[in-house]
Amino acid sequence: MDFNLPQELEILRKMVRDFVNDRLQPISEKVEEEDEIPPEIIREMAELGFFGLPFPEEYGGGGMGELGMAVLLEELGATSAAFSNVLAPHVELAGMSILFGGTEEQKKKYLPPMCAGEKIACFALTEPNAGSDAANLATRAERRGDRYIINGSKIWITNGNIADIIIVYALTDPALRARGGITAFIVERDFPGFKVGKVDRKMGLRGSHTAELIFENMEVPAENVLGEVGMGFITAMKALDMGRIGLAAGAVGATQKLLEMSIQWANTRVQFGRPIAENQAIQWMLVDMAIGAHAGRLMTYHAAWKADQGLRVSREAAMVKTFCSELANRAADLAVQIHGGIGYMKEYPLERAYRDARILKIYEGTNEIQRLVIARDLLKAGK
Amino acid sequence: MRIVVCAKQVPDTEARVTVGKDGRSIDETGITFIINPYDEFALEEGLRIKERLGGQATVTMVCVGPPRAEEALRTGLAMGADAAVHVWDDSLAGADAAALALVLQAAVTQLGFDLILCGRVAIDDASAQVGLRLAERLGLPHANAVTKLEVQGSKLVAHREVEGGVEVVELPLPAVVTAQKGLNEPRYPTIPAIMKARRREIGRPGLAGLGLDAGKVADACRSEVLSLAPAPARKGGRLVAGEPQEAARTLAHLLREEAKVL
Repeated sequence: MDFNLPQELEILRKMVRDFVNDRLQPISEKVEEEDEIPPEIIREMAELGFFGLPFPEEYGGGGMGELGMAVLLEELGATSAAFSNVLAPHVELAGMSILFGGTEEQKKKYLPPMCAGEKIACFALTEPNAGSDAANLATRAERRGDRYIINGSKIWITNGNIADIIIVYALTDPALRARGGITAFIVERDFPGFKVGKVDRKMGLRGSHTAELIFENMEVPAENVLGEVGMGFITAMKALDMGRIGLAAGAVGATQKLLEMSIQWANTRVQFGRPIAENQAIQWMLVDMAIGAHAGRLMTYHAAWKADQGLRVSREAAMVKTFCSELANRAADLAVQIHGGIGYMKEYPLERAYRDARILKIYEGTNEIQRLVIARDLLKAGK
Repeated sequence: MRIVVCAKQVPDTEARVTVGKDGRSIDETGITFIINPYDEFALEEGLRIKERLGGQATVTMVCVGPPRAEEALRTGLAMGADAAVHVWDDSLAGADAAALALVLQAAVTQLGFDLILCGRVAIDDASAQVGLRLAERLGLPHANAVTKLEVQGSKLVAHREVEGGVEVVELPLPAVVTAQKGLNEPRYPTIPAIMKARRREIGRPGLAGLGLDAGKVADACRSEVLSLAPAPARKGGRLVAGEPQEAARTLAHLLREEAKVL
C-alpha cells in the first residue's frame, strides 16, 4: 500500500498552489465585491489546462483523472469558491456526462473545446419541482422527424448564463421516468428556442453565477441525444458521483485553509497576557479541524482513486460528499469562533468562507439524499 | 545555442524546517521540496532566450541531488526544458559548493554548452557559491545577480544588481550567469506539459559516467558542516501608542535612529 500521490500530481499541486497564491488570492476580494471573475483569469486557468484536467488526452484532456481533479479542487479550496464553481460543474458534471454517456463522435466533437476552456459547459437537471427528487422533472422532449422539440425550464444552473454547451436532462417517456424515460441532450447556446432567464442572487459564491434556463420549442437535432434515448438518469447519476468527489476535495481544501488561518491567529492573538493558542478550548477546536481534514482528505483521495479504476463509487461519493461538506461547515464555524469579532467582519475572508461553505451541504444532492443513497446501498448489500 | 541550467531542489519556502537528529542537516520528514526559486529564474530565462532565438537553442536542466530531486527535473521539463540530467551518488550527501562545482563541471562539459545559467543563491544553505565556482573551474567569464539578460550574437549584455544601482556588463560567450530575483516571472507548467514530462527520459550518468568517483568528490570538498541550529525566536514587536500623527512621527524616528532602515 502506497499513500504517496503520483509524482505528476505533486507537481500539479505545487503549480496550482503557486497559481492560487500569486494570481487568485490577490483578486479574491475584488471577485467578491464585483461578483465577477476577470476574464483574463478564466483564460489563464484554461491555458494551464484546468478545464480539461481529468479527461483522456485523446479528447484534449490532461489525462490526470479524478484523483488529479481532486488535487486541483483541494488547492482551489484555499481561495474564493467562485473559481472552483466555474470549473467543477463544467468538468465534473457537464464534461463527465459527455464522457460517461456520449458516443465516440460526441466526445470527439465536444470534449476538446471544453477541455481547452474555449467552450464553457453547464449541467441542467434541477427544476422547481425536481430537486432532491430529480426524476420528477417536467421538461419534456418530443421527437419530430430528425429533431427533438424541448419545452420546459431549469433553475439554479451554475454557469447557465455563460455556458456555450448545456447538458439538458428532459423527459422522453413520462411513464418510465428514472427507469428509461429521461434523456440527456447536448444543447448549444444558439439552438433556436434556448433562453437564459434570471440570474440568481445568492448567500455566497459571489463571482460564480447560477441562472434559470428556458426552453421554448427548442429544437435539438436527434444526433445531439447524449448517447442513447432513456439513458439520461443513469448518466446524470454517474456524473454526480464525480461532482460529489470534487465537492468533497474542495471542502477539504477549504478546511485546511481555515485551519491554517486559525493556527496563525491563535498563535498571535494575545489575551490575558498570552496567545489564545495556549488555551485548551482553542487547541481542541484546532485539533478537531485537523482530524477532520486528515480523514476527509484520505477518504476523498480513495474515492477518486476508485473512480479512476473504473469502479462504481456511488456509495463512497455520497459518503465523502456528506462528511466533507459537514466538515467544512464545522471548520468555518470554528474558525470564525477562534477569530472572534474579526472573523465576523467583511475585512476578513472568514465570513465569506462561512457563507460559501453553507451550500456544500445542499448542492450536488442534499446531504439527506446522500444518506438515502448510502442507506439504500447498505441495506441492499445486507439482503 | 546550447543553454545549460543548473538547479537545486530545496525545501518549500513555507516549510517549517527543523534540525535533524545528526545535528548537521535538516529533518526532511513532511517537507515538500521545490526548485530553488533563483534556479527557477535561471530556467525561465533559458526558456525565454530560446523563444527569442525562435527556438534555435536547447535548454538542458542539470540537477545534483538525491532521488527526490527527480521531481524538480520533471517540473523543469514540464516548464519547457528540452532535456534533463540527474546526478546522484550517496557520496554526494553533504558535499560542499566546491565539490558540487566539480560535479557540475563534469556534467556540463559532457553536455556541451554556450551559456550556463544558475540561480544566484540556493535558499536553503545560502552559500551563493556554486555558479561562480563553476565558472572559475571552467575558466569562463561570469556575471552574478543578473536582473536583465540579452544575448547579442556571440556576447551577453547583463544588468547586475549592485548596491543602490545597476551595473551593465558585457561578456563573451561561453559564460556563466547567475539569476537574481527580478530577472523574470517563471511560468507555470501546464497540465498537458506535466503529463508529457512524465514520459520523458532523464539522463543519469552517475559519478562514474562523469569520470568521477567518491574519492575525487571528497578531495574537492573544502568545508564540512559541523552543526546546524535553528534561528533564535523573533522578539515581540513594539507598539507605538498615541495620536496617529504623533505615533507616525515616533515610528519614523525609531525606524531611522534605532532600526536604521530609513
